[in-house]
Amino acid sequence: MDGMHGFSRRQVLGSFVTGALALGLTACGGASTTSGVDKNGVVTVSVNGLPPKTQTVDRKNFEEDVAAFEKSHPKIKIDAREGLMDPKTFTAKLAGGQLEDVYYVYFTDPAGLIQRHQAADISKYIKDVPYAKDIDPSLQKVFTGADGKVYGLPTGNYSLGLVYNRALFTKAGLDPDKPPATWDEVRTAAKKISALGDGTVGYADYSKNNQGGWHLTSWIYSMGGDVATQDGTKWKAAFNSDAGHKTLQMLHEMRWTDNSMGTRQLLEIADVQKMMGAGKLGMYMAGPDNIPTIVKQFERKYDDYGLTALPGTATLGGGDGFMFNPKASPEKIRAGLTWVQWKYLRSPERDAVDSKRAKADGVPIGLPQPRLFAGATQAKIDEIRAQYANTPVGNYKPFIDRNSQVQTKVEPPNAQQIYTILDGVMQSVLTKKDADIDKLLADASKKVDAVLATVK
Amino acid sequence: MTAQDLSPAPVLTTSDTPAKTVPAAPGRLARRLRENLVAYLFLLAGIVCFAAFSWYPIVRGVLLGFQQVTFAEPARWVGLDNFRRLFDDPLFLTAWRNTGYFTLLALVFGFAAPFLTAVVLNELRHGRAYLRMTVYLPVMLPPIVTMLLWRWFYDPGPGLFNNALEVFHLPAQQWLESENLAMVSLVLVSTWANMGTTTLIYLAALGGIPGELYEAAELDGASVRRRLWHVTLPQMRFILMITLLLQVIGTMQVFVEPFVLTGGGPDDATVTVLLLLYRYAFVYNDFGLASAMSTLLFVVLGLFSVVYLRLTRTKG
Repeated sequence: MDGMHGFSRRQVLGSFVTGALALGLTACGGASTTSGVDKNGVVTVSVNGLPPKTQTVDRKNFEEDVAAFEKSHPKIKIDAREGLMDPKTFTAKLAGGQLEDVYYVYFTDPAGLIQRHQAADISKYIKDVPYAKDIDPSLQKVFTGADGKVYGLPTGNYSLGLVYNRALFTKAGLDPDKPPATWDEVRTAAKKISALGDGTVGYADYSKNNQGGWHLTSWIYSMGGDVATQDGTKWKAAFNSDAGHKTLQMLHEMRWTDNSMGTRQLLEIADVQKMMGAGKLGMYMAGPDNIPTIVKQFERKYDDYGLTALPGTATLGGGDGFMFNPKASPEKIRAGLTWVQWKYLRSPERDAVDSKRAKADGVPIGLPQPRLFAGATQAKIDEIRAQYANTPVGNYKPFIDRNSQVQTKVEPPNAQQIYTILDGVMQSVLTKKDADIDKLLADASKKVDAVLATVK
Repeated sequence: MTAQDLSPAPVLTTSDTPAKTVPAAPGRLARRLRENLVAYLFLLAGIVCFAAFSWYPIVRGVLLGFQQVTFAEPARWVGLDNFRRLFDDPLFLTAWRNTGYFTLLALVFGFAAPFLTAVVLNELRHGRAYLRMTVYLPVMLPPIVTMLLWRWFYDPGPGLFNNALEVFHLPAQQWLESENLAMVSLVLVSTWANMGTTTLIYLAALGGIPGELYEAAELDGASVRRRLWHVTLPQMRFILMITLLLQVIGTMQVFVEPFVLTGGGPDDATVTVLLLLYRYAFVYNDFGLASAMSTLLFVVLGLFSVVYLRLTRTKG
């Protein structure tokens, strides 16, 4: 029997080694890079962002764009693939050599991707990209590393404001054209809306899956505070402050004194959008892009929703853009940049063509963001969009009027780890009537300091 | 039976034993290989699949625990750094404590409930098939559907449970929003969703207990309780032991319930080992840390299994 056992072990080991070798070789094969240029000098570049087949209009427009681009750029072939940034599959795709040459990211991703060297340095190519110099510098900064090098391009942006249900405002005796401009006014409005009863919630906020921490950051910004501050090269938690206290106090009072935040907590974005779509929610913190999502998903009308800037002095900004596979050849990076500029950083002329098509297709035009450019280029684009607007732009006037006075701030470093900790703070305030705010802030601050100590 | 089978075994003397045994070993191995060649060939496909999709990822996973990886550049060996960072994470102990608590509660509810259900179902004379199907039905629901259904049950506003409590003039509960109740609520979901399979296993085991044992016990005047204690439990001991082991291994890896229903909250009360591991890998993109955590879980479960089997074997 012993001999038999020994044989089995050898056999198993042999099989394992064979399997491991085979996989290792496969992995090596996947990781190999080529310039992607064929004998006719045509570069094939893989890009994601192709809308799924269920989004018929968006998909048709994307495919039309690919065809038009390839026609005007005969030396570039676009291999378009579905999908946006999915952190669950990103690393596996990168490791397996399946990551697209040009890949979509949210503003929350570049800092980590740059730190982990998972994006290519495009600094030396960017000077040739038309309109790149007109991009709002605060947005381009998101894609710039601590080394000053550029690793991607922004293609969309938003700043968190308040989305509100105009019908509920009217029903509660509030003027939908004069939405709250201070947190005290938000609190009063939320009380009035929740007093309508029948499960109506005045104001809702997230507290799950890092989204609570994300919104709490914006709350603290709006109260004039910061989540993390830099002292020389070192970062420190900064939310155990007057702004942090005011924020948690306000949330606690809205939840427990006013009962204007509903009884169900541990919500995330999909839950809150559903409440808004069902007409059971007065207000929530969101960017302009939430309005089309709610309208499409819950078959509502654009007229139902208003948008205003976040009360206070600052808000958290976000957005999306494209970065480049660190294994992509220079030819592919150049071709990819040409595509991103052509498709997303449109010239005013192309924006006019796009806006006309979007209007014909019923795609919303007239939302106050994205606003990618600074100066004259953006002014021209604004003019074109106003001409083709098919959404009630008046409903977004409160946002446009005040948003310029609200500073848009970026996320703290190691944002996701910090958001996890702040999620716990948000949860405590919204689920514990006897939450000790001082202790919550002090404990979270210590934990965030530990996370920030690892920032390089 | 052939003539070869009947022939007497060769008699070996003490002096010629070593001379015959040592050089014969490779020959015997070769003979065995020849005799079982077809069997090995049949096994080959399975072995290759296991090697590629099970053993290799396991070994790779363990190795990743000792590396810093970005997958964009070569991995860097960091020794025990990932494990040190694990122990420094304030949520590390919380996650293990919560997982242990979940496992304990799952044993109280999840181990007893299917056993009692199976015993009751086994005693029924009518409607057994219908009830068996009813108990098994939740297993057929996709986990995400189960979670969404229970989220509505637990909704503190219009949820089923609070409405039921209201009928009996009992105070409404914050099922998922209360630090004290959240974990119990998750265990209830998990038990409801998974007990069907265990109940069926117990029912099959109960069906295998010889009727004569019960008859003999009845003749000796044993009550229902004594029959359960002295006949049913000893006869099902092996099945119960195995399901207990599998249940501990399964519940220690709880993920879907906290991921969908609470996200680890409120105030980290339902952060489990796997939820933390998921965050390390897919939220923070730190595969080294995630692999270190999974290696630790693997070692803990492995040790538990060995100790458990050793203890139960000794007692047997």
